[in-house]
Amino acid sequence: MASVILQTRGLTKTYAGVTANTDVDFDLPAGQIRALIGPNGAGKSTFVGMLCGRIEATRGTVSFDGQDISHLPAHRRIALGIAYTFQITSVFAGLSVHENVALAARRAGGSAARVADVLNRVGLADRAGQVAGDLSYGHQRILEIGMGLAQNPRLFILDEPTQGLAESEIADFKALITGLKDTTILLIEHNMSVVMETAQYITVLNQGQILAEGTPDQIRADTHVQAAYLGTEDA
Amino acid sequence: MDFGPHLMLAMLEGAVAAAILALTAMGLSVVFGVMRVVNVAHGEFYMLGAVIAWFVATTLGTHPALGFVAALVIAPALVGALAAAADKLILQRIDYDPERTIVATIGLLYIIQQGTLMTFGPDARPVEPPFNSRIALPWYEWVDGKLSFYYPWGLSITSYKLFVIAAAAAILVALWLFMTRTRAGLIMRATQQDSQMAQAFGIPVSRVYALVFGLGAALAAMGAVLVVPIQQAHYLMGADPLLLSFIVVIIGGLGSLPGTVIAAILIGMSDGVISVFFSPTLAKILATLAVAMVLVFRPQGILGKKAH
Amino acid sequence: MGRGLVLHLCTIALLAAAFFVLPAYHSGNLARIMVLAIYAMGYNLAFGYTGLLSLGHALFFAAGMYGLSLAMTHLAIPALPALGLALVAAGVVAGITGALALRTRGVAFMIVTLMFAQAGYLTALYFSEWTRGEEGFVIPQAMRNIAGIDLSGETGRYFAALFLFAVVLLLIGALVRAPFGRTLIAIRENEARATMLGYDVQRLKWIALVVSGMISGLAGAAYALLFGYAGASFAAVPYSIFPLLYVLLGGAGTTLGPLIGAVFMFYLIDLSSGLTDAYMLVAGVVLVALTLFLPQGILGTLRKRGLPWLP
Repeated sequence: MASVILQTRGLTKTYAGVTANTDVDFDLPAGQIRALIGPNGAGKSTFVGMLCGRIEATRGTVSFDGQDISHLPAHRRIALGIAYTFQITSVFAGLSVHENVALAARRAGGSAARVADVLNRVGLADRAGQVAGDLSYGHQRILEIGMGLAQNPRLFILDEPTQGLAESEIADFKALITGLKDTTILLIEHNMSVVMETAQYITVLNQGQILAEGTPDQIRADTHVQAAYLGTEDA
Repeated sequence: MDFGPHLMLAMLEGAVAAAILALTAMGLSVVFGVMRVVNVAHGEFYMLGAVIAWFVATTLGTHPALGFVAALVIAPALVGALAAAADKLILQRIDYDPERTIVATIGLLYIIQQGTLMTFGPDARPVEPPFNSRIALPWYEWVDGKLSFYYPWGLSITSYKLFVIAAAAAILVALWLFMTRTRAGLIMRATQQDSQMAQAFGIPVSRVYALVFGLGAALAAMGAVLVVPIQQAHYLMGADPLLLSFIVVIIGGLGSLPGTVIAAILIGMSDGVISVFFSPTLAKILATLAVAMVLVFRPQGILGKKAH
Repeated sequence: MGRGLVLHLCTIALLAAAFFVLPAYHSGNLARIMVLAIYAMGYNLAFGYTGLLSLGHALFFAAGMYGLSLAMTHLAIPALPALGLALVAAGVVAGITGALALRTRGVAFMIVTLMFAQAGYLTALYFSEWTRGEEGFVIPQAMRNIAGIDLSGETGRYFAALFLFAVVLLLIGALVRAPFGRTLIAIRENEARATMLGYDVQRLKWIALVVSGMISGLAGAAYALLFGYAGASFAAVPYSIFPLLYVLLGGAGTTLGPLIGAVFMFYLIDLSSGLTDAYMLVAGVVLVALTLFLPQGILGTLRKRGLPWLP
């Protein structure tokens, strides 16, 4: 079995008495594509926020590649090889597309060649000179994914990357994700077709706790998950 | 004078300062609370209130009491109207962007201050108090083991200063009743909670904002009308109240009305007491640094509650 | 050589030529403007490039000014080492206040910097035995020279100001093209994103503020050295507002905006002070007009409308 790249133990977050996550024990093997699903308000964004350091955990530990990173600030965690894309599009709106990717690549020690390569892979090469804020919403989301790729991360956390994308863009996204080698992926996703086609393993979060984990087939068959989340959805 | 009577005098002076400060800071706090806007020109609205009070009192030229009462009505009304106009013409157009608002109100500060210099001139001008009898205050001492009272020389307050404290308290109570018991106050508080939701419920948010900005300025002007018989009107008199109001609003927790009153009493009293016993410059340095530290380490204020 | 560098070199050459063309009154003004432009360039690094709207840069200007002038008059230290002391003083003051103020952001940052500067101004008044308060003190003319060049004379003063201006302009020009400067701009554009790309935003902002404070301190020291005078009024609130005004007018986040803003405002205030005592009225009107009608400033607007290469 592959080594575990990310592990949490007892990870908990409470906001002014309201609990968002309770004692989450989570293991992610290196190289896996993992989807994190759950109904709205299940605590998915809070959970990944605590992984990459945007949100301070109330208690519990996070370790990355065997190192306890619970008390590292966000930028130090990123420097270890984690990339994160925001749920709400967050690019440098006033800078060019090229500059956006270059800023991501440079911090990770990437060269100009990497920037060009990433722009090609996400299909934004012909828009490299445009101001990012002038791009369409879909292109901004793709730029954001490109920035994550440019960081050449070992763990890539994506918070609802396909939200607002057109069907053809979603197909490109699936191909992009499944084509990544040597990168572990943690994907928060609502689009079930993306989840079922890309994820090797799924974790279901409900009311801040892990409800079930398994392969896509196991999750599809799980009656608890159906009751809590899938319901009548055609999964 | 002995230490005891001296301290008593300092506290009385401090109480007068605190009363004025409570009014002025409350204006700043109401504006920040409802509109989330920091008004750097607030001190100039205060100054303008004092200057208009002088104009009204001088123009009427009748009995000081009549001039004073007229000023207490006219000055806040004029200053409030001017502020509401500034809100409409400037702040609304820049969409209350926090940083641009500060830059614009700095501009407004200089426009009002320098405009006053051009019209009112550089001199300090007094307004006669409506009444001003000196009230000597007793102090106690132990003579042969028995308590007895005497009137130390210099321990006194004027009836006008007592009136200032009472008037400020009355205005604050009226403001509180207005905010909690009237429909207009309810609308203001609804806008404070969530301006977009208020808009969705048909509250004319832009009019509410103009009104609140005017009200904030009018409160400062009222403070100034009360102070001007004690301290003369001058075109640079806005700087200190602005700084002290900032301090009060920050210590009291940005936008918290009860916090503002408590902090005003605290700051006004200690400012009064400290400046009697220490160098006022040193007192100001320490107070300024203390407030900066509060903002750095406890941005919700000493009295405010933490958000989460 | 990039277009930006050519533009900067041309600007410097133009300023050098101006000395021989302009009448003495205006070249004297221009020397003062160049020093104020250095101050504004320092301010621009924090505000225009990093997005840190400080209302307390007079503290750094005054730290440099007093660092130099107190060392020269009270400790009889020669001009050049005193200039070094001034830079250290401004850097230390900016380092300490920055470490504290940068724990806050937005409006709180503006108020905290304002408060620190106010405390600095009051401190200058409190120690009036040495600073002589608002009235200020004069630096003896005999001391105002470096390597035999008399800095109190018209020519020496002008070219000393131009030299410092040129050094700072070229430094800033190089800085904002370098990765460090690009990252500062990224922080201004989207701080959360810069953090999640792995940049230590807090540290970078602090470095930017210290460099900005040192350039401002250099301007303060140069002002004292070239014009022979130091006073507490340079530590007061208007001197925190001036660089903001220059930068907003010329264009925040442009290399030449501070100079253009300083030239315009200096002459506007100069003209109106001939007409009225209330010359700061002009500053107020310009501030309000800029926020309403020209938020990008002169060069910022030009850059948006057809000159995207403007540095």
